[in-house]
Amino acid sequence: MKNGVGVAQNIVLFGGTSEIGQAIIQKLVKPGVSHVVLVSRDIDAADVQIADVADRYPDLEVHHVRFNADDSASMVHVVAEVVQQVGDIDVAVIAQGVLQEGVDYYADPAALQSVADVNFTGTMVLMYALAAQMRSQGYGKMVLMSSVAGERVRKGNPVYGATKAGVDGFALALDHELVGSGVSVLVVRPGFVTTKMTKGMDKAPFSTDAETVASAVEKAIGSSRTVIWVPGLLQYMFLILKNLPTAVWRRLPL
Amino acid sequence: MVMQRLSGWGRTAWTVADLVHTTDVDVVRSTISTAGERGVISRGLGRSYGAAAQNAGGIVLEMTAENDPMGIDADFDPLTGLLTVASSVSIDAILRMCVPQGWFIPVTPGTRFVTVGGAIASDVHGKNHHLDGSFGQHVRSVTLMLSSGEVVELSPEQNSVWFWATIGGMGLTGVILRATIAMLKIESSRVEVETVRLDNFDAVCAAMSADGSDDDYRYSVCWVDLLATGASMGRGVLTRGDHAAANKVDNKDPLAYDPRLTVSAPGWVPNGLLNKWSIKAFNEAWYRKAPSKSHIGLESIPAFFHPLDGVNRWNRLYGKQGFIQYQFIVPLDRTDVLRKVIEKFSAAGVASFLAVLKRMGPQNKAPMSFPTEGWTLTLDMAAGISGLAELLSEVDTLVLDAGGRHYLAKDSHVSAAAVRRGYARIDEWMSTQEEMDPIGLWRSDLSRRLGLVDHRRLL
Repeated sequence: MKNGVGVAQNIVLFGGTSEIGQAIIQKLVKPGVSHVVLVSRDIDAADVQIADVADRYPDLEVHHVRFNADDSASMVHVVAEVVQQVGDIDVAVIAQGVLQEGVDYYADPAALQSVADVNFTGTMVLMYALAAQMRSQGYGKMVLMSSVAGERVRKGNPVYGATKAGVDGFALALDHELVGSGVSVLVVRPGFVTTKMTKGMDKAPFSTDAETVASAVEKAIGSSRTVIWVPGLLQYMFLILKNLPTAVWRRLPL
Repeated sequence: MVMQRLSGWGRTAWTVADLVHTTDVDVVRSTISTAGERGVISRGLGRSYGAAAQNAGGIVLEMTAENDPMGIDADFDPLTGLLTVASSVSIDAILRMCVPQGWFIPVTPGTRFVTVGGAIASDVHGKNHHLDGSFGQHVRSVTLMLSSGEVVELSPEQNSVWFWATIGGMGLTGVILRATIAMLKIESSRVEVETVRLDNFDAVCAAMSADGSDDDYRYSVCWVDLLATGASMGRGVLTRGDHAAANKVDNKDPLAYDPRLTVSAPGWVPNGLLNKWSIKAFNEAWYRKAPSKSHIGLESIPAFFHPLDGVNRWNRLYGKQGFIQYQFIVPLDRTDVLRKVIEKFSAAGVASFLAVLKRMGPQNKAPMSFPTEGWTLTLDMAAGISGLAELLSEVDTLVLDAGGRHYLAKDSHVSAAAVRRGYARIDEWMSTQEEMDPIGLWRSDLSRRLGLVDHRRLL
């Protein structure tokens, strides 16, 4: 549960090496947090980044669980393992994802499969497993890292955009289904975030950083909001972009 | 199954539980027999501020009898003053029944809308703690249902270890079904109250110290203005008194008692209504309203004991964000800590609508009972203040370092470690709790956060 001042006791990060995910954890860890669980493929990499949080809060226990984000069949087991280690999952930050900018899917269709497995299928199975666990707890918050890329899928990276569109829609419907259970979902739609994932890419307009995304999540997590955009202005920009006639949209240099 | 969102009186940290409303012993027994691994907790009128009467994902037994068509389930002997009453009955109902017969509840918290079960589980205290102790000292026996479904009688003489573990046990030893309480004889329904305005915090502490005249009054409490700064820092209004003798009341019926709810707080109060400025204005008015010279007058029971009950659902005044109440106690010689705490909150711009200081008397025999000899300061604040978690954690450390502790019925944020430090007899209590509840049935959101019971025990 969270306490009276909005601090959750047990926080779990799926995609434990995600920069945005780690930034969110840094913001959410406050006096009152008992356990942080990092769920990742590469435990050592996840640990290095969380080290300074652990230093600031000597009573905080940091745990690790290994998972393969593309192995959707294992998600129920992964959630069970987290519960085994810390008990209730009060906040789950779901940040695993692959971008694969510039891949030629004509030449490498298998690459498409792995993007879909991580961003879409694996995430949905994970969220169902979390929803079941949190329902039984009578409390829980899932924070899904979505993206503006799913709002209107670009020619430049159609597979990534399509998986984000899919999982974003799924998460909203799941939140709807969970009304009254004490469990809710926060869908986070950042624009271009400068991280290792986007290293080497040209910055898009209204780009942001992990710290800003994390602050927005920290603010929204105690509210009743279902969706946030970072920066907030993107909500209005995409309202326009989404409704542009196809002929105009296709001329844009996106 | 009725899944219901529940919170404490502070309206923070809502969780969902299966809410079962009953006052029937057989229903209680059959309900607890169906419980899963999230367990069961009892709930009365939901006046504890934090998560004491919530049980996320489990069962919450709501045991209240406010609108019972059968009337009050109680057996009162006006000769001896012994009241045997169902745990679901409120102090409000008890006062309505007993005051006209010349008897008063021996200990009342700041609200009369608490059940007897809740008063025992939280071992509540009132303005008379320095002389009369807490609620538990006036309980002669408790009828308790254990997690096995067995019903046991507990008293200070019979099963005394289990009795004292249940007093202040936060409902984690069993379901309190009935209790016998020794009531207090009164001659009138009025309280003779002396009101004194005190210019600063030193004056407040001096006036309430044991070497002053505090022990001459059964009831004593001081409202403190936490927003006053400089030379007026910690100024207050001290009120003390006792039940008035019949001949002091020029009323045909000196025992007439008619508490009313005057107004109701609406449901649409915005988050910022109670802010630094509005509270500052209120504090100024409240301070000025008190006479500068000591003044003695007669007040009604509701006006003296339960002023906030006049506003129905006053907890909505903080808006949707809710509020937290912070109550701690420090030893008598640590007024320096009180001062530091006040300064810390004041420097952070935290405004408290209600800040109350009281000198408490000796501790009773209950291991988890909050009151112990010392100063207790109570303040409330909006839950949405940014940086509150960090601020409270610093204040917690000040309190614990001074050998103090926090009141669990009010708590909504402290850590498990803070309770272990503050309550020296917690291990003794936990082993009694485990003896009384070997299957680990009783669980609450509070017990989970504070590790009050071992949650690895499986049903």
